[in-house]
Amino acid sequence: MDNLLSLVTFFPMIGAVVMLVFLRGEDEMAVRNAKWIALGVTIATFLASLAILAQFDPENTDFQMVEEASWIAGLSYKVGVDGISVLFVMLTTLLMPIVIGASWNVDKRVKEYMIAFLVLESLMIGVFVSLDLMLFYVFFEAGLIPMFLIIGIWGGKDRVYASFKFFLYTLFGSVLMLIAMIAMWYDAGTTDIPTLMDHTFSSDAITILGVSIVGGAQTLMFLAFFASFAVKMPMWPVHTWLPDAHVQAPTAGSIILAAILLKMGGYGFLRFSLPMFPVASVHMQDFVFVLSVIAIIYTSLVALVQEDMKKLVAYSSIAHMGFVTMGIFTFNKQGLDGAIFQMISHGFISGALFLGVGVIYDRMHTREISAYGGLAVRMPVYALMFMFFTMANVGLPGTSGFVGEFLTLAGAFQANTWVAAGATTGVILSAAYALWLYRRVAFGDLIKQSLQGIKDVSTRERVLFVPLIAGTLVLGIYPSFVLDLIGPSVDALVSNFNDATAGLMDAAPALASH
Amino acid sequence: MMIGNDVNVVLPELVLVGAAMAVLMWGVFSKREVGAQALWLISALFIGVGAWIALTGRGTDSAFNGMFINDAFGRFAKITMLWSGAAVLLLSRQYLERTKLMKFEFPVLVALAMVGMMMMVSAGNMMSLYMGLELQSLALYVIAAFNRDSLRSSEAGLKYFVLGAISSGLLLYGMSLVYGYTGALGFVQITDVIAAEGLPLGALFGLVFIVSGMAFKVSAAPFHMWTPDVYEGSPTPVTALFATAPKVAAAAMITRILFDAFGGAIAEWQQILALLALLSMFVGAVAAIGQTNIKRLMAYSSIGHMGFAIMGLAAGTEAGVQNMLIYMVVYVTTNIGVFAFILNMEKDGRAVTDISALSLYSRVAPGRALALMVLMFSLAGIPPLVGFFAKLYVLQAAFAAGLGWLAIAGVIASVISAFYYLRIIKLMYFGEATDALDGKIPMLHMGLLAASAAAMVFGIVNMFGIEGYALSAARALLG
Repeated sequence: MDNLLSLVTFFPMIGAVVMLVFLRGEDEMAVRNAKWIALGVTIATFLASLAILAQFDPENTDFQMVEEASWIAGLSYKVGVDGISVLFVMLTTLLMPIVIGASWNVDKRVKEYMIAFLVLESLMIGVFVSLDLMLFYVFFEAGLIPMFLIIGIWGGKDRVYASFKFFLYTLFGSVLMLIAMIAMWYDAGTTDIPTLMDHTFSSDAITILGVSIVGGAQTLMFLAFFASFAVKMPMWPVHTWLPDAHVQAPTAGSIILAAILLKMGGYGFLRFSLPMFPVASVHMQDFVFVLSVIAIIYTSLVALVQEDMKKLVAYSSIAHMGFVTMGIFTFNKQGLDGAIFQMISHGFISGALFLGVGVIYDRMHTREISAYGGLAVRMPVYALMFMFFTMANVGLPGTSGFVGEFLTLAGAFQANTWVAAGATTGVILSAAYALWLYRRVAFGDLIKQSLQGIKDVSTRERVLFVPLIAGTLVLGIYPSFVLDLIGPSVDALVSNFNDATAGLMDAAPALASH
Repeated sequence: MMIGNDVNVVLPELVLVGAAMAVLMWGVFSKREVGAQALWLISALFIGVGAWIALTGRGTDSAFNGMFINDAFGRFAKITMLWSGAAVLLLSRQYLERTKLMKFEFPVLVALAMVGMMMMVSAGNMMSLYMGLELQSLALYVIAAFNRDSLRSSEAGLKYFVLGAISSGLLLYGMSLVYGYTGALGFVQITDVIAAEGLPLGALFGLVFIVSGMAFKVSAAPFHMWTPDVYEGSPTPVTALFATAPKVAAAAMITRILFDAFGGAIAEWQQILALLALLSMFVGAVAAIGQTNIKRLMAYSSIGHMGFAIMGLAAGTEAGVQNMLIYMVVYVTTNIGVFAFILNMEKDGRAVTDISALSLYSRVAPGRALALMVLMFSLAGIPPLVGFFAKLYVLQAAFAAGLGWLAIAGVIASVISAFYYLRIIKLMYFGEATDALDGKIPMLHMGLLAASAAAMVFGIVNMFGIEGYALSAARALLG
């Protein structure tokens, strides 16, 4: 099939349009149909995306399955995947059926809810397959619309505030990126991403208003992209929208947000910042390192004192994303491998944690940690699964969390020992807040009157956890599954990066790519 | 023989004038009120004349010794104005009937204003430009005060008239200065003088006055003060009209005079336009935040959007003009949809303009709420809607012309303005249930609302080909 990627990208959207046009009424029948159509569409999308994986040749570092058509304003509709993006496409399509399954209890405007998620899936896949600058931007930004509605319509008490903050915060970061994209377009004369990767943007120092800027145009463009990706990741100190958004979003929205939307920031660094602005990246390395280490330590400490479970998991996500940014800016193979691995792994683990919070929230309608205690008594299966993901979040060897953290730390150690040392304390802190959370929720005596009648996970919920457990374990025990897939692409990225920055990096001889 | 050629060039305008006069006579001598029929007739005529221009227009002709120019640029603007004018006329019928304003003078005045606008965008001489402008303005002053029993409407008409007269004065003074220092009124002659000896200092003063007077007409800050009051006070169909065709006409007129007459002095006016664009974008974004009246809100929204259009002009390039034209078409298309909605905001037979009445509207009328949401996101310039691409075009032109700072300011203003568009969506989708608006909407209005929203979604495939037309229009002006 020649247009497999487009098919996978737009299939969920077609499903959404079908629902919008043909599904009428709000009776039980329509609600059931909406759920099953959404589930069917997402599963079909996942199966179709398996065909992408089957066709994908990891040894080839070029973009594969490329489709191209001319578009308005001299842009082009161009999609394709390489070793880095194919995994994110798979992560998205795999998680979506779980997300729909996690939404089975939604009782408000079910049809619109499912439409919003299907549209969002198309846009998320589109971000990862785009090979045109503006096409990327369109998908990247358009995702705000369904997420804004998901938080705003189906969210909690302060949903309006959270949705506005989410939207305006991310929009503000992104418009600066838009200007940089226009600048790149003007400079290189094209918006084709593979061509732009080969294009060398000027890095001669320029002076603006008397301030000399090292790295010149590259630094300015880098900073503009950084504004967008740092907000999206999110990095300290622009992370404040995330806890609000997570707490107010419905369970499924939180899963999507943590598991996929945050990864767009990291993907952006890998796709744009490093290959296109290598000199600026080198200049900015220390800056990003400092922000990453602050994020890891500071947000872990903040997570320790949270009283809301979702907020705690949200802060833990920010800390884990700190490992990703740190890994990316080591510019070596371990660091980059680790960063990508960490993103995939965090997609499973944080998704499962939010799902776990959602399971008890559905029963008790509170996320206060103090409202729980001794759940292991009444909910043994739940307690077991939640423990598994708590451990994975901590980075227990044998789970995927360990591999990602270890690789990023190993990479960081080569680049800067102090950074690695700082980040390692984050691992300890993550054990502290995660285990403490688990103790307060699951262990102890079941003394709360309200918890006496709580039921263990249902079959539907078990089924949702199974693929997440399997993914976490498989990647933890056999990481080569991911590393072989991304390996050649990462090698190419590292060697291109080293060529582009040769001479600049003499001061840092540890830049080995083995 | 010569006169025959000249008349041929202005035939579409002549047909409209003739029709307006004929309808006027019919209305005066008819025993019963013929408002509704007149309205149908004039709108059909607008559509017909627009199609006629679209199908037969070729090349560049000039008539009456260069007083009147018929080129691709003029035709592009005329077709946009005629068709959007027709859409607004068709939308206004029910409203006028409900408020007992359905009089035959209304379509006649709109037709005369349209002739004035067509004259403005085709002018090749300061005199003919001024004639067109005044014909348009006088007709619009009257219809702003069309609901003469309403204090607000009369106030709107009066305000518009007084401030409009001041701006016409500025314009005339500027023209006289230009005439005094270049000795010419024709655009071609002025261009020759500038090419030969540069722009004389006195003429530069004149240029500043001219641009100021025109900024008033497009409601660009800091000449925007009349806009919110006139938008709010006028009957809603008149507001819809103000937001569409006259905006295109004024923007096209500025373009015409700046490029045809002062094309040799781009550096002189680029800074003025950049400043107008900057102020308009921020005034439009910030001042609208506090508004709860949807008509005032749309007024500030229009100020902000004109800022973006002027940014395209400030580029001073072919791409800039092309992208400004695309921007105007997108803006007008969106506004027709939005006003098709606003015209039907009613409760118990009374028009409602407070946005809080939209609370949880998505439960009352999901289809209309969805369409309005698409239009609002498009106005805010959020991808993947066409409104984003319209902004992208002008940003790109501004950047390429070395106005990177203006582009950055523009996107920041667009983030601020996103807030109030989002607020309308918030009300419709996240709000609390209140007394809903009445659920009725005429088929035609629903059709235009849906078509406008659909255009914002499907336009991203190829922009319906207007890129090419806008390019040939820009070439005609700069070529």
